[in-house]
Amino acid sequence: MSAVPLLKVNDVSKFYGSRIGCRNVSFELWPGEVLAIVGESGSGKTTLLSCLSTRLMPTSGVVEYHMRDGQYRDLARMGEAERRFLMRTDWGFVHQNPADGLRMTVSAGANVGERLMAVGDRHYGNIRATAADWLRRVEIEEDRIDDQPRAFSGGMRQRLQIARNLVTSPRLVFMDEPTGGLDVSVQARLLDLVRGLVHDLGLSAIIVTHDLAVARLLSHRMMVMKDGLVIEQGLTDRVLDDPREPYTQLLVSSILQV
Amino acid sequence: MATPLVVSEVAKSFTMHLRDGITLPVVSGVSFSVKKGECVVLGGPSGVGKSSILKMLYGNYAVDAGQILIEHQGHLVDLATAVPRAVLEVRRDTLGYVSQFLRVVPRVSALDVVAEPLLARGVAQDEARAKASELLAKLNLPRELWQLPPATFSGGEQQRVNIARGFITDHVILLLDEPTASLDAKNRRVVVEMIAAKKAEGVALLGIFHDEEVRDAVADRILDVSAFSPRKAAA
Repeated sequence: MSAVPLLKVNDVSKFYGSRIGCRNVSFELWPGEVLAIVGESGSGKTTLLSCLSTRLMPTSGVVEYHMRDGQYRDLARMGEAERRFLMRTDWGFVHQNPADGLRMTVSAGANVGERLMAVGDRHYGNIRATAADWLRRVEIEEDRIDDQPRAFSGGMRQRLQIARNLVTSPRLVFMDEPTGGLDVSVQARLLDLVRGLVHDLGLSAIIVTHDLAVARLLSHRMMVMKDGLVIEQGLTDRVLDDPREPYTQLLVSSILQV
Repeated sequence: MATPLVVSEVAKSFTMHLRDGITLPVVSGVSFSVKKGECVVLGGPSGVGKSSILKMLYGNYAVDAGQILIEHQGHLVDLATAVPRAVLEVRRDTLGYVSQFLRVVPRVSALDVVAEPLLARGVAQDEARAKASELLAKLNLPRELWQLPPATFSGGEQQRVNIARGFITDHVILLLDEPTASLDAKNRRVVVEMIAAKKAEGVALLGIFHDEEVRDAVADRILDVSAFSPRKAAA
């Protein structure tokens, strides 16, 4: 067990005017841990994810990240350049809609290679070889390397987005409904892929999803949100097998059995 | 330590918020321990709380009161209050569980389902797969199924995958929830032998077995769970 958390979240709230985005959220994320944030639309899960990943500035509260140099840094006090560098190298962000995370008009290889260049890689041959290797890892045929993601199916685009995010060996990946909008067979393939990569790379991840089956398959720990508050959290198995709060019981009992 | 599992005064009830908040007491005052090399069988009629006890021990059910002390790498962990990552660490290294039904992961082959607990502990893939093959062969799972995901397997085939997955590690405590329920006589005997081998290695086993023949063959001691049932206390 690693001795220190990767991310420390202390009393984070976000208000949109008088409307609540999320309120008084505190938790720690440890290296190698996958946390699922579940809840219905409008419960504040995406707002929270945005606050954690510096895409939004929290109204109050502190998010600290354990940098590679061993120091904790308050993300809100970080300079813009440093924050952008962190997001391009040590972090990944997988959007629900791959078009938000990819450059749709440059080739698949360049989508992956761009992140490598952000960490200082300049050798074209190396970049292309690494990009090809990552396409293979996310099960995209190597001969598609020069095609633009516009020509890809939804599932392929999502796998490409994952490759683009993971190529720099980030330590923390944020995912916003990574399987939303994909049909179930494509979803299964993606889940299996993400599961394997998280395990092989020892990634920490925070995954926002409304799909409890996705949470069960991918996450170690789960937080349930309602009206901007975290109403229940714990080991994923425990929250799903023995939900304590009325809303969590409703969520779990609403899963369709096949 | 000779007693890797000690359960003390554990209580559990369910509050059903969707049913006007009624509270269903399950068990209370559950106290027992399991020694190394011992197989304790939970007995009593259906619905008395046997599976609930196993699920509390594995962390799938929350515990209302009491302690579940596990000897984990030289120190004691109280699973009743442990944080999630501590529970996961205990599961990875110390506490194994063979559930009644296999949770199937899409696209993962039977062989890799079985090998996974070893991979999680850092064992090399070749070695983990070799051990998994050995176990699947012992449990008579047809070789042509090994590379297929178990979703389409029969109940008995899935259960054998599940047993192999549970038995592949050298966890010092093993929980067994009716591992032989859908097996034929030949494979039941294989499982009985595997349990005997675990006992000889000094593993502490706690299980539920409805099959009398299996129970008599493996049990050192039967613990009557109805003694912990609040319904009995009320009667």
